[in-house]
Amino acid sequence: MTQETATQRVFGAAIPPRENAGFVRGEAVFTADYTPPGTIHMELLRSEHGHAKIVSIDTTTAAAMPGVRAVITGADIAEKLLPLPCIWIPGGVESHFPPHPYGVPGAGFVLAQERVRFIGESVAAVVADTPYQALDAVNAIVVEYEPLPAVVDPRAALAEGAPQLHEAVKGNLNAYWTCGDKDGTDKAIEAAEVVVELDIVNQRTINNPMEPRAAVGEYDPATDCYTLHATSQSPHNHRFLLAALVLGIPFNKLRLVATNIGGSFGTKGYLYPDMPLVLYLAKELGVPVKWVDTRHGLMRSTVQGRDHTQKVVVAGTRDGKITALRCTSWSNLGAYPSTIGPGVATALMGRSISGPYEIPHAFAEVYAVFTNVVPLGAQRGSGRAEATYLMERLADRYADAIGMDRAEVRLRNMVPPEKLPYDNGLGWTYDSGDYPTALRLALQHAGYDDVDRLKAEARERGKLLGVGISSYVAICGVGPSTRMSKEGMLGGTWESGNVRVHPSGEIAVTIGSQSTGQSHETVFAQIVADVLQVSMDVIRVYRSDTEKAPYGQGTYGSRSYSVGGPALYLAAQEILLKMRTAAAAFMGVDQSVVEYRDGVFSVPGDPDKTKTFADTAMALWYGWNLPPGMQPTLDETVFFDPPDFNYPFGSHIAFVEIDATTGEVDVTKYVAVDDSGPIGNPLVVQGQVEGSIVHGLGQVLMEAARFDDEGHLLTDDLRSYAIPRATDAPFFDLDRTYVPSPHNPMGVKGAGETATVPAAAAVSNAICDAIGVRDIPMPITPEKIWRALRDGADT
Amino acid sequence: MRTDLKVNGSPVQADVEPRVLLVDLLRDVVGLTGTKVACDTAQCGSCVVHVNGMSQKSCAILAVAADGADVTTIEGIDEPGELTGLQTALRDLHGTQCGFCTPGMIMSLLELLRRNPTPNEPEIRTWLTGNLCRCTGYHSVVRAVLRVAQEAASAKEGAK
Repeated sequence: MTQETATQRVFGAAIPPRENAGFVRGEAVFTADYTPPGTIHMELLRSEHGHAKIVSIDTTTAAAMPGVRAVITGADIAEKLLPLPCIWIPGGVESHFPPHPYGVPGAGFVLAQERVRFIGESVAAVVADTPYQALDAVNAIVVEYEPLPAVVDPRAALAEGAPQLHEAVKGNLNAYWTCGDKDGTDKAIEAAEVVVELDIVNQRTINNPMEPRAAVGEYDPATDCYTLHATSQSPHNHRFLLAALVLGIPFNKLRLVATNIGGSFGTKGYLYPDMPLVLYLAKELGVPVKWVDTRHGLMRSTVQGRDHTQKVVVAGTRDGKITALRCTSWSNLGAYPSTIGPGVATALMGRSISGPYEIPHAFAEVYAVFTNVVPLGAQRGSGRAEATYLMERLADRYADAIGMDRAEVRLRNMVPPEKLPYDNGLGWTYDSGDYPTALRLALQHAGYDDVDRLKAEARERGKLLGVGISSYVAICGVGPSTRMSKEGMLGGTWESGNVRVHPSGEIAVTIGSQSTGQSHETVFAQIVADVLQVSMDVIRVYRSDTEKAPYGQGTYGSRSYSVGGPALYLAAQEILLKMRTAAAAFMGVDQSVVEYRDGVFSVPGDPDKTKTFADTAMALWYGWNLPPGMQPTLDETVFFDPPDFNYPFGSHIAFVEIDATTGEVDVTKYVAVDDSGPIGNPLVVQGQVEGSIVHGLGQVLMEAARFDDEGHLLTDDLRSYAIPRATDAPFFDLDRTYVPSPHNPMGVKGAGETATVPAAAAVSNAICDAIGVRDIPMPITPEKIWRALRDGADT
Repeated sequence: MRTDLKVNGSPVQADVEPRVLLVDLLRDVVGLTGTKVACDTAQCGSCVVHVNGMSQKSCAILAVAADGADVTTIEGIDEPGELTGLQTALRDLHGTQCGFCTPGMIMSLLELLRRNPTPNEPEIRTWLTGNLCRCTGYHSVVRAVLRVAQEAASAKEGAK
């Protein structure tokens, strides 16, 4: 479909992102490229055990090695650096956490104290003149461990007699969390004509942004102030948490700067031990301290995604009406709660399970459990992807059970557009949408009516063709702060935008969020250029530096554009209103007769009375003869806290062809119809949709973090952990609808991760369709397909 | 050990430990940080540079083994202020999002285009398997290379 807003000016235009020029030249500075004069280098020693007692650490050899400036262990900093905090806990239920001296939920020590609980846990830090020297010294530290029994499976961790991770967490249970209508759901399932069940392992995956994390700490003794350059997608929030809860220093004395960030997908929204360590060591040693992670380190220490083990049930009538849905899920939080992991694992998944369907009775329960693996966090589409996977797998199984077409079952059960806003009974109120239209459009693109012929044709070529549909609703735009507090968020979730007009008429735009590859310097300039009707060329976008940018909560959950965008839009409107008032006064007319177009204030019918945008800005800079009560200059900041979330939606259809001899699977066609409301820059959003789908294909076809029973990560580099390559997906057939959200003045919704949400289920459904089996657990590798074909039965 | 090489046309002389990787020499000694490091196992291609005109992963070459070599990095492929056709296409078609894998991709793709100025889609995708990207799903990169190929084909046609 075509976007009606495309006739507007800059909003909606497919403008190539201006930051791309620096990227294609290799000039863009990332954290690892920042090396202030005198910098020395930190390396971390990480645990080699999933669970062990630290008997002793001998650092004497390491400390005496060339270039080494310091070697520190947990004992050295026990009194100096507090544990990391967790700020998104399961909402509304009793929950248990490792301790933190300030009474907030704890998220583990900066360096291990007496015990290690997962394979990548930081045990010691070395600082040396060069990275190579630091690495040598790390390898010379001798740690004597006494291995302890480990547990890596969440259900096993809940069993009696299981190894216990935290004294304060009895039975390893962080929380038992529920939503929806338990009794009604149980009764409806019992009474149903048709019941289908599945056991699903939504496997643990590793985000793997291309840029490993990095941190550079600096300390200025003259002012007693710290500066942290870090790969942080939430600079303000991380500054606040580090100063108050980890370093114990005044907020005023910590500045956090994020330069360009090389992708995140969730990874860089968390606090990690290196962040306080480089600051602490920079002060101790009097020089800047830099740490750059490796891929190996990133895979063992940064938050991982998904990891729900589920028993799911859908019930319905024989004629195609779904009557109930139940999900019991064991979420593997890993050894410690990450900064926001427990909230991701509960609310984002549980409240989303019914997707776009009107299901009278639904219930989700989640056991959030600690085990001896790497902490869990968000990953592109987190929670919603796991929810969509289970619902869309069940939708196919239900359709098969009653002998109805899979598209038809979906269309019959979708919430009709006239029922929106719609309370899904699980805690979300869908704000807007037209789910059947998006699915019908996708079916049309797919040539769905012709699938039988295509299957027959494929068989003649020796291929098994399968088609899979996946429809979704993906809550985005976190969010309304008060509402989020009820979901267990220990903080605000508003966003900000500042517009400052220089005396020259040029414009500085400063945002509180932080790009990790979302082209913020372009898309936010477009919003302001559109409101103020000026050229993009006069607008510069600033971000990333807590000393300069207005407070913001950062980039996650597809919120920068749908929460920060409206803040900026409103700030630009305030600027325009003030300029109009001032221009009217300068022209000696009432502002009701003033028109503004393309950078000129004018009075229709009076050609002598005009005032340009730049002239008005200059006059406000001088501040002479301003209307009574008006302050000089143009500088407006708006903090936007939306009334509720926004709910992008859509339908994807995957075609796969399977080689019956080898089990090899090719995604041969992929249709995606998404709705993220009005689109500010279609080129940017297209890139995000394409990348998101490929991320989802990665999970369903190849990605899996594997731990052995002792908690060793067996997939800790890019040889043993596959991520999609350029040959793994064809060009996609993309389209969209444009239903605006009522929850912000632009009508915009999240887009950065939404297309990941349905992708795995679309492909999984297509593969099961092709080979005629009930289910194959992800990742669906050629070997599993080959075995399923050989065994011929349900796997 | 001493290693003498040419980097982007300028002589570089360095005294490095034998174990130092070429990528570390380029980034930490020469100060050319456009070349990126993203994995430890020569899988991702973020560190690709040209060594004697061939694209190579600079994390898989010792600095001392590059003695006498002519090395070109992302900083050395264009005249100041002027982008190559490939860079222009990647910029305009948004073949870069976070930008971290981009320099390595460009160095790799330049060799493809030198060997075959008009590659088709499967050829481009196959060549790109040595470069990992997590943002784009590769599609916009492939589109950019196809545009360069199309321009090359048109230029060839025009020259006839």
